[in-house]
Amino acid sequence: MIIRGTETLLVQGITGKQGSFWAEKMRDYGTRVIGGVNPKKAGTKHLDLPVWATAVDAAKETRIDASVLFIPPLGVKAAALDAIAAGVRKLVILTEHIPVRDVMYLLSAAREAGTTVAGPNTAGLVTPGECFVGFMPAFNDRVFRPGAVGVVSRSGSLGTLVCLNIVQAGMGISAFVGIGGDPIIGTTTRAALMALDADPNTQAVALVGEIGGGMEEDAAEYAANMTKPVAAFIAGAASPPGRRMGHAGAIVMGDRGTHAGKKAALEAAGVAVVPTPSFIPRVLGERLGGAAA
Amino acid sequence: MNFEEHAAKPLLRAAGIATPAGEVAADPDAAAQIAARIGPCVVKAQVPTGKRGKAGGIALAATADEAAAAAGRILGMAIGSYTVGKVLVEAQVPIAREFYAAVLNDPATKDALVLFSPEGGMDIEEIAASHPDRLMRLPVDVRRGFDPAAARAALAALGDLPMDGLVDVLGRLFDAYMAHDAELLEINPLVETADGTLMALDCKFTLDDSAIKRQADLAAQGTPDRLTGLEGKAQELGLKFIELDGDVGILANGAGLTMTSMDAITHYGGRPGNFLEIGGEAYSLSRQALELVLSNPRIKSLLVNFCGAFARTDVMTAGIVEAWEAVKPTVPVFFTIHGTGEDEAVQMVRERLGLEPFDIMDDAVKAAVEAAR
Repeated sequence: MIIRGTETLLVQGITGKQGSFWAEKMRDYGTRVIGGVNPKKAGTKHLDLPVWATAVDAAKETRIDASVLFIPPLGVKAAALDAIAAGVRKLVILTEHIPVRDVMYLLSAAREAGTTVAGPNTAGLVTPGECFVGFMPAFNDRVFRPGAVGVVSRSGSLGTLVCLNIVQAGMGISAFVGIGGDPIIGTTTRAALMALDADPNTQAVALVGEIGGGMEEDAAEYAANMTKPVAAFIAGAASPPGRRMGHAGAIVMGDRGTHAGKKAALEAAGVAVVPTPSFIPRVLGERLGGAAA
Repeated sequence: MNFEEHAAKPLLRAAGIATPAGEVAADPDAAAQIAARIGPCVVKAQVPTGKRGKAGGIALAATADEAAAAAGRILGMAIGSYTVGKVLVEAQVPIAREFYAAVLNDPATKDALVLFSPEGGMDIEEIAASHPDRLMRLPVDVRRGFDPAAARAALAALGDLPMDGLVDVLGRLFDAYMAHDAELLEINPLVETADGTLMALDCKFTLDDSAIKRQADLAAQGTPDRLTGLEGKAQELGLKFIELDGDVGILANGAGLTMTSMDAITHYGGRPGNFLEIGGEAYSLSRQALELVLSNPRIKSLLVNFCGAFARTDVMTAGIVEAWEAVKPTVPVFFTIHGTGEDEAVQMVRERLGLEPFDIMDDAVKAAVEAAR
């Protein structure tokens, strides 16, 4: 999922501390924030923007392309279903620790309605120079500058480091797609890779994964047929097996989801797998052969 | 959160799935009394881990005396990282056939996955490896619920089975999985008794940790992870800490960045001393985190790697700087800080600690590895 500066964004949970803080940051950066949702404050203004009781109410008055949830875990299911019912095409779920049953339910509803979901547990999306959704430091020009490298990352903090490394190397970012650290998420590594492959502004891709699950192996299948160069960093080479490393997704069981297995699958698909994130711009620079990055 | 067998089986009974008569005993006398009431029995160690049989934690007993002897042997036994504190004494059941049944969360389909195999008694990894064609995998959309007709069709591929009973049990198992926010609800073995009844002889239940809040009564019956030493101390603070055997300490925010710090230290020839994540909701706990890392006597240098997205590096750095000034550690520390709040954070490290944060993470890692030599 790539977000564009022309798209309108609703902020569900806009009146909360984080919702307010990031809604303002997003708007200042250029995101078309059209208002927010809080059932208790419907009809009022917040940050000079309209507040509706529901996303469905908002959709009666204005066009909503995307929505982002600043909503606590047990409220996410209802908020997401509201956004889906409102016809939102892109839904970004930042919340961590949502009961998995609720995640499965809302993803099923989204599938049926044709709504694309990023997350849960994502830091969001950035299209440098256009807009951002979520809580990424898009406004920090040492981390994000417009350019030709698309980045897909499970982790927000690691994704930030990778973008920084790319910009430090004199290159730039076409789009950052944060997909989230949970085991069950809407947009997978493969789906994000497909979106970046189809994006005309993206000439090369940085794939940032981590141990656990099978999403990188799945993405490798798609990468095998890509002409755009792909460099991957998979975190967790030095992690002990059988221990859960913070992200619920980052757990290695037996020989499934290991660093070695992911590296082998990606390399077989022609993807360069690098030892630390700072190698990514070096490798992509070489593969692009000095073409404008 | 894992549940011991005796705490998981009530979920099956409440869903209408039969289990053998049985009770829990914490000493041999109690085991003998239960056996005297129910007759020939099985004495089973109650620990939230598999492989109890292989570890010698399950024994048959024909009489009350045998039950007491078995309980005496099993109680106090170490299985995995657990010490057996209680046994479940259950009536023996005449077994005609053994099956495997489970419902779990499936990342691949993003749905619930109902598993069934006529090859019971083995664990699921063995069945999947040795009899992949004898394993039914039925994805169920949690919004639509269990479809008996779909289950019937899927089971038909596995040969002659007590079809009506199995479709009924799988439907009840699915309902229990839904109602209790299970990550995994497994019956292994599910047996057909000599008189044709389907009965759950064992049950494994893992509660989704993210659902503990709304399943508070149920969670009280579960077995929380018991961590020891520094890991236990971290757990009390609400931090995720894993002690490793190296000497380069790590303070980073976010699971991905923390794992990356470990990888980079290893890549440049060093050995990471810990995993410690202070991102997410824990990002203001950096002082406690610092004290925790430094209480490991093996640590010879410290890498502080912050990359702020949601987590504000200025807030995390302020915590570290204050703690550093208060604790005055002697180990050398190497900072690399980027993202949200970066300018304030870098300024703080310069002014108050007289240190220059590294602009490139790899350079900070190399310096920390070098200092630990």
